Amino acid sequence: MTTNQVQTTNIRFAGLGGTGVIKASDIFADVVFRQGHTVKKAEVHGMSQRGGSVQSDVRFGSEVHSPMIPDGACDFLVVMEPTQIEVVRGGLRTSGTLIVPADIDTTKLPSAKSLNVAMLGRLSRHFDFPESAWRESLRANFPEKLHTANDTAFDLGRTP
Amino acid sequence: MPQPSQDKNGRLLLSGNEAVALAALHCGVALGTGYPGTPSTEILEGFSALGGKAQWAPNEKVAAEVALGAAFAKARVLCTMKHVGLNVAADVLFTMTYSGVDGGYVLVVADDPGLASSQNEQDSRRYAEAAVAPMFEPADSQDAYDLLQVAFATSERWRIPVIFRMTTRVCHSKSPVKPRFAPDVIPTAAETGAPATDFVRNIAGRVMVPGHAKPAHRRLRAKMAEMELWNISQGPNLVEKRSESLGIITAGICYHHIREAAPDASVLKLGMTYPLPLATIRAFAATVDRCVIIEENDPWLATALRAADLRIEAKDDATFRFGELSVDRVKRILNKDTSPEPVPPRGKPPELCKGCPHTTSFEVMKELNCIVSGDIGCYTLAALPPLSAMDMMIDMGASVGMGLGLRHVLPRDQAKRVISVIGDSTFLHSGLPGLVEMAYNPPETGHVLMILDNGTTAMTGQQEHPGTGRHLDGSGTHKVNFEEMAHAAGVKNVFTINPIRERAMLKAVLADSLQKDELTVIIARSPCILAAGRIAAWDKELKAKQAADEPAESGSCECGGTCQH
Repeated sequence: MTTNQVQTTNIRFAGLGGTGVIKASDIFADVVFRQGHTVKKAEVHGMSQRGGSVQSDVRFGSEVHSPMIPDGACDFLVVMEPTQIEVVRGGLRTSGTLIVPADIDTTKLPSAKSLNVAMLGRLSRHFDFPESAWRESLRANFPEKLHTANDTAFDLGRTP
Repeated sequence: MPQPSQDKNGRLLLSGNEAVALAALHCGVALGTGYPGTPSTEILEGFSALGGKAQWAPNEKVAAEVALGAAFAKARVLCTMKHVGLNVAADVLFTMTYSGVDGGYVLVVADDPGLASSQNEQDSRRYAEAAVAPMFEPADSQDAYDLLQVAFATSERWRIPVIFRMTTRVCHSKSPVKPRFAPDVIPTAAETGAPATDFVRNIAGRVMVPGHAKPAHRRLRAKMAEMELWNISQGPNLVEKRSESLGIITAGICYHHIREAAPDASVLKLGMTYPLPLATIRAFAATVDRCVIIEENDPWLATALRAADLRIEAKDDATFRFGELSVDRVKRILNKDTSPEPVPPRGKPPELCKGCPHTTSFEVMKELNCIVSGDIGCYTLAALPPLSAMDMMIDMGASVGMGLGLRHVLPRDQAKRVISVIGDSTFLHSGLPGLVEMAYNPPETGHVLMILDNGTTAMTGQQEHPGTGRHLDGSGTHKVNFEEMAHAAGVKNVFTINPIRERAMLKAVLADSLQKDELTVIIARSPCILAAGRIAAWDKELKAKQAADEPAESGSCECGGTCQH
């Protein structure tokens, strides 16, 4: 039945409520959208999720239909919280990329809260969007007092 | 709030809620009102942030009534709530369709298939049919933006309140929106086409005594018949002809799941789902060999179409009535696959924040072996381990009535352990009539009501309410006084205790209150830790203002500043 398959890239951000999952997905969606792609983003949020498992899906391409990533179709899975890795691992394609906090030297983070920005830096290696686009979105989404710390955290993840 | 993302073509990346807020601004909505409730909350917050006049009401019924008055005055109004909120507002809904309106009235109701953050999985589409209100259902953010304009036009043309039914995935998913005005432009009233407000007397049309309501019911049904014809000829429904072997009829978010699950299928996407455009549906069904209805929750479309004698297929409700649909589930429905679905690993349930004052209050109730009649808010999480300290939670405000009912019939030793527990916003929403009942029909053993006042509507994301002394946008207003309300209702014993700083006192007072055969209200007051900084800054600002206004006056009471006046 599927003849005209559309190329869609699927990224899922996961973690616990309050750890910057939604924020990271917002920034990623912003970067992709500003590059001219059609983007959809789906999440379930609300204060009732505080401390509980949270995930946010971003899908982009020339055309995107459902905002929710189908089972086992994640190209990238970015997990902010080690305890959640096994909970969400099943969503990843066999050929997909898993990004976890162990990929970051967290001792060098300017603050524990900036882990999500470092994870975005790590994710950014896989896309050829200009580095300036990531930095602009980070600035647009955080108050000015966090900009320097965020630049440090982003570099930590982006620099191999 | 960060600015929404914008691309080179002037498209914005908006959630469905943000799209409705922007559309409301572009429609010249004069007033937005509602009560916070996931997933609808961000609509009014967004509308306010864009410069619209938006306010929280104590509950959805009051919001719907405020909106009705404004719509009687020819204004365009937006009223927002979650699905269970429409139960509270149902009384006004069922008769305002009779009276109709003079302006434009759009009532947004956000359903929650899958119960992401709700106590039930009710299907609000049934309200459209039951109350005879036209209904629109957007599929994504652009659709929400566009359909809201159609909804206002429909409301004004037929002088009737309109239901705008969204679901969690439409409210909270972001997708591109091309707005009709530039993002930084606030259109003038003339540009929006919003009419000037005016009062024109119409007693027979707005006073719904039987003599007026009987003809109003007939007028309403006649409007519906007209609207069905309009929906058939000009309604916001989309026919996509592809395969002749498979055609799918749908509305809302399912449209996008279908396009991915069955890209070759023909699709009829309905934008206006009440009154249904039956002739359009019939014509579409006739062009395909197999016609399948894809809808979340109840078989509402399927039942209506079967009643109209259409040969359609529908989902297996034993399996797919529960939870939201997805690309994978739509494939299963089309393949008639009802085999067990994969169960995702259980995630971590949410919990009360570290340092939350509610935790202390529930620890104390647990230590005193209370039977806890609970209510809706963050504190409902106290029902989960490790606290497991709430015994029932059904609907907003029910803690008071249920607690009284338990007290009336339980053996004395058990009745003495019963306490009703309710949050500040929930108390003002619908706990107040319960307080009155408590004083009016007191159980023989008395009763204890604890109001957990953390100074905000925390669960939905820290919204203001009449007990915070702040409007939706944070500006100052009158602050309702819980202690005075309890006294005025007729409760003799009223205590205000900080559960964190005065834990021992809270326990002693609660233990004593449970012993007495009297009525007691305990206000456990300590700010939500997420809102504490803001609340403290506002209190400081308020005190400075009061000091400047009345420099020579001393306090009116002699408590030395310990009371909350």
